[in-house]
Amino acid sequence: MPSVKVARKTADTDMTPFVDIAFLILTFFIMATKMKPPEPVEITTPNSVSTKELPANDAVMVEMDGQGRVFFTMLSENDPEAKLTVIRNLNQNKNLGLTENEMKNFVKSYSIGVPFTQLKPLLATPAEQQKDIKQPGIPVRDTTNNELTTWIRDAVTAMSGRKLNYLIKADNNAKYPDFKHVLTAFKKNDIYKFQLVTSPEDVPAGTDLARSRAGAQ
Amino acid sequence: MASLDTGGGDVGHKKGPGVKKQKKMSTRIDMTPMVDLGFLLITFFIFTSTMSTPATMDLFMPKDTDKDEEQNKAKESGALTVMMSKDNHVYYYEGQLAPDASNFKSTNFDPESGIRKVIMDKKRSTNAEDLVIVIKPGKEATYKNTVDILDEMTINEVKRFALVDISEVEEQLIAATEGGGAPAPAAQ
Repeated sequence: MPSVKVARKTADTDMTPFVDIAFLILTFFIMATKMKPPEPVEITTPNSVSTKELPANDAVMVEMDGQGRVFFTMLSENDPEAKLTVIRNLNQNKNLGLTENEMKNFVKSYSIGVPFTQLKPLLATPAEQQKDIKQPGIPVRDTTNNELTTWIRDAVTAMSGRKLNYLIKADNNAKYPDFKHVLTAFKKNDIYKFQLVTSPEDVPAGTDLARSRAGAQ
Repeated sequence: MASLDTGGGDVGHKKGPGVKKQKKMSTRIDMTPMVDLGFLLITFFIFTSTMSTPATMDLFMPKDTDKDEEQNKAKESGALTVMMSKDNHVYYYEGQLAPDASNFKSTNFDPESGIRKVIMDKKRSTNAEDLVIVIKPGKEATYKNTVDILDEMTINEVKRFALVDISEVEEQLIAATEGGGAPAPAAQ
């Protein structure tokens, strides 16, 4: 009985196009990724329908995590001198006894979340390792000793002459009274316009905003 | 596996009898490790990339003032007071709070039947220039609640709203409601 001949197929697939696409995607992700600076706290921001973009420069940002710890950040990539001015002023006014190196380290640090008394040990550690230190947050609850007010005032003075943005980035679980304390600190510096950092969200259908946005297009 | 084949072209090429045959090197390169590494990097960048850039939402607060004549006046008929409390509970009343708290109602953040519907109904039933929404986040309200309610103002295009501290009476009413009982009369 003659056996049916099965055509022998090679097990070797040509994977070149596959590899091509893979590296194309890889290149895309490398280009598209913006490396996040190390942040000492994880903050999940609430969603809003707002579409305004987050400014990356000339901004003062106050962050607040779920436990109500407050962190202060100056976003001034174009001008590192401004940050240096702030810490120099602070060092002088509050007698912190910081060394030149510690002040330079402040420029590299992303955010600060300690009372003035603990600022020296924090800045003695390199900026990359600061996220391992447990920071208790800047005191804001006490109205007589609202240290955030001082931070904001110094930052505004250092960056005077420029249009500043005041950002508040708080966690979903942060309590409203803590948020109010942060607002109070801004208000004491005669700042009344804020920008709340949120994640984008779609406009719900059938609402007035959805109608007017559709009409505008 | 992926391979480069440049094809051995000199099969039929005969050399002379004294010429030593050179050992033929394979031109096929095993690309498996390269592909492995490629995919490893893809996975890494996919996980680390933050695709959605954060947006910002404007919030303008008024200057604190004690002078009575500088305070913004709101028409009673157009006022809607919204209070937030723990576990995403929302309470609201229209106009003035009745002494027996009969107009003190409870709702939530549900997109269909929650506070959005209340605001939409209120907006429809009042003149546009009279409508004022007073937002009073309670002690237990989270930041998310605050942003959500401010977002409702944008969504429903409410032009006049104010972020105000909650009063003692309202706190007690919320506490009484959450305690399980019916809204207690406002204790003075």
